[in-house]
Amino acid sequence: MKTKSRMLRPGDAGPAGPTPILVALGISIAAAVAVTVVYALGGQPQLEGALLGLALGGVAVALIVFARRMLPGGHFVQVREDLPGTADERASVSAAFSTGAEPIERRSLMVKMFGLAVGALGLAALFPVRSLGTRPGQSLRVTDWKRGTRVVTGNGEPVRLEEVDVNTILTVFPEDHPDSPDSQTILLRLPPSVPAPGPRDWTVEGVVAFSKICTHAGCPVSLYQAQSQELFCPCHQSTFSVAQGAKPTFGPAARRLPQLPIGVNDQGFVVAMGDFTEPVGPGFWSRPRD
Amino acid sequence: MINRASRWIDDRLSAASFTRHALNKVFPDHWSFMLGEVAMYSFVVLLLTGIFLTFFFDPSVAETTYEGSYAPLRGVKMSEAFRSTVELSFDVRAGLVMRQAHHWAAIVFIASLVLHMLRVFFTGAFRRPREINWIVGVTLFILAFFNGFSGYSLPDDLLSGTGLRIAYSIALSVPMIGSWLAFLVFGGEFPAHEIIPRLFITHVMIVPGLIIGLLTVHLAIIWRQKHTDFPGPGRRETNVVGSRLWPTYAINSIGLFFAVSAVLIAMGGLLQVNPVWLYGPFHPDQVTSPAQPDWWLGWTEGALRIIPSWEIRAFGFEIPNPFFAGALLPGITFGLLYLWPFIEARMTRDREPHHILDRARDRPVRTALGMTTLTFYAVLQVAASNDLIANKLAASVATITRVFQVLIILLPPLVGYVTYRLMKGLQVSRAERFSTVPLDAVLHPKRYNGASEERASEESEEPTTSS
Repeated sequence: MKTKSRMLRPGDAGPAGPTPILVALGISIAAAVAVTVVYALGGQPQLEGALLGLALGGVAVALIVFARRMLPGGHFVQVREDLPGTADERASVSAAFSTGAEPIERRSLMVKMFGLAVGALGLAALFPVRSLGTRPGQSLRVTDWKRGTRVVTGNGEPVRLEEVDVNTILTVFPEDHPDSPDSQTILLRLPPSVPAPGPRDWTVEGVVAFSKICTHAGCPVSLYQAQSQELFCPCHQSTFSVAQGAKPTFGPAARRLPQLPIGVNDQGFVVAMGDFTEPVGPGFWSRPRD
Repeated sequence: MINRASRWIDDRLSAASFTRHALNKVFPDHWSFMLGEVAMYSFVVLLLTGIFLTFFFDPSVAETTYEGSYAPLRGVKMSEAFRSTVELSFDVRAGLVMRQAHHWAAIVFIASLVLHMLRVFFTGAFRRPREINWIVGVTLFILAFFNGFSGYSLPDDLLSGTGLRIAYSIALSVPMIGSWLAFLVFGGEFPAHEIIPRLFITHVMIVPGLIIGLLTVHLAIIWRQKHTDFPGPGRRETNVVGSRLWPTYAINSIGLFFAVSAVLIAMGGLLQVNPVWLYGPFHPDQVTSPAQPDWWLGWTEGALRIIPSWEIRAFGFEIPNPFFAGALLPGITFGLLYLWPFIEARMTRDREPHHILDRARDRPVRTALGMTTLTFYAVLQVAASNDLIANKLAASVATITRVFQVLIILLPPLVGYVTYRLMKGLQVSRAERFSTVPLDAVLHPKRYNGASEERASEESEEPTTSS
């Protein structure tokens, strides 16, 4: 190893006194004391952060100034040794690896059985992994809506037909499952001039219901543009035209929002006439055709 | 004192010889070699602040009612996870500073990782013999990415809950295994209650453990192979020129650690980040608008936004739209990153070991490809804010999205081409800076090259023969 003494680069200040280092450390000490005072007086996030930063920063400045001004550096030279080892060493490694391999009878059968055993173990190890979640089964295809279930708002209030307004949307759930995330549904009334989409017996007096879960990535489609009767998903801006049966008109969503068949019961409350007839929300591999 | 201690240790471990070599080890000095160190020290700050946070955060989705000191949320029903995050922010002294410093440290950690990776890419530091460390580095990058996402999802707030909802939909979109994948990761149909505690243990133990392990490997390989260096006087393929580990390099580096933590803690106190109390607790039928994720997820978010409404249906099966932007794009991104050293070696047929770094100008094709790729992700990154931009410019989101759909196709090759010409111009003119490159050299590198052939060839000999 060959070394050269420290060479000053042009512009270097040269060995200066320790004054800047002492000042930085002094600031650091003062800031650290101030942090304890602030903390003891009840704490204040901005001051705590600024003072702690100052305390740490003082040490940083002291160390870096010390290293740059007072320590040798920059022009030490070290030789790189060749990275590949010698051929002899490699040969002895492979020899060491093959120790005991040669004289065994039926070696290839043994190797195969080892392979099979490891594979079987791998398969067996899948079963604890299986415990991590429930079986998807039908859960992606059904929601908690049933024929005759009253719709309720987030507060659990049932909704009368006349309460559904032309200009706003209501988020509703099945009365018996008011927390059911995949049953979240948008209830709204179209203006009389716009014919209600979907089968005639799925709507009442211009009131229609659509799944609130975006068919793109599953965000709640929570914005409504009353003038154009468009539902808008704030996540990726998919836009659905209610008049066209919530068909996507813009954005990455490729499928319409499923429509919930609704009716009105004897007491004048809005009820579901059955579950959605297709899976709600984002697509998946085995999703049946709409 | 030091003599007695070192003798005590040497008697038991015979460590003197190794320590002497270690202390004298030479590291090259260049500011860009600090980027990886900044990443490492941000990670140390993440560990220290994170340990503090675990003492207060409760990863439970059990429902509770908030009664703490933040008035607007009093009486609101929320999960224990969200409540303990708000309590940590308002009712634990120094809690907010620690929480925000942790979040800023994550932001800086991934930012410095990206810059470090770009430095390694554009200088060709991934070439033989450093392919293994490139692979380890890309893995560290993915782990950092994942831990950022899992960490920011923990408070169970409305913004991050929406992010989890999208992550679930992306898992669901994977061909064949999607529904099982989503159900096994989340524990059932979204929003299954298992996900927060699962993310917690992954975030505080499993992934940090992997990062510590791989970081050790990363450093050990650098130690074994020695650091690369830029070409310069006295720099050769066979030597390292710089400062010794002790004292100069070590003191400088410890100083850098203090500087990084000083900046991060000060940011934690002075700059608000992820104010979950403004978003409110997660509720599956609500969403924030506008909704932007943390910066490192911007490119996937942008891709999800500007992708056309493609879905593939064939033979009774479906590949839903989020698969392309959410799973395929990251898969290709990280796959290409892993393979790049081998792809380039195949393209250039250069399989020799290299310890002296490339200058970007001397590898115009690599530099241009890098800039093309970088532009592609930059456009996606900006597209993640298409709603904010539309709002600012008083244009419709549809218009802005169309503009991005055009930009994502046109801009990357354009930037790549311009970069290529600039690199060629720098090469033939041998100018030191862009500002001193004659326009003629950029527009007609061949003609310019011919005109100044003698001078150029003379000088191009210089670095190889004299070094």
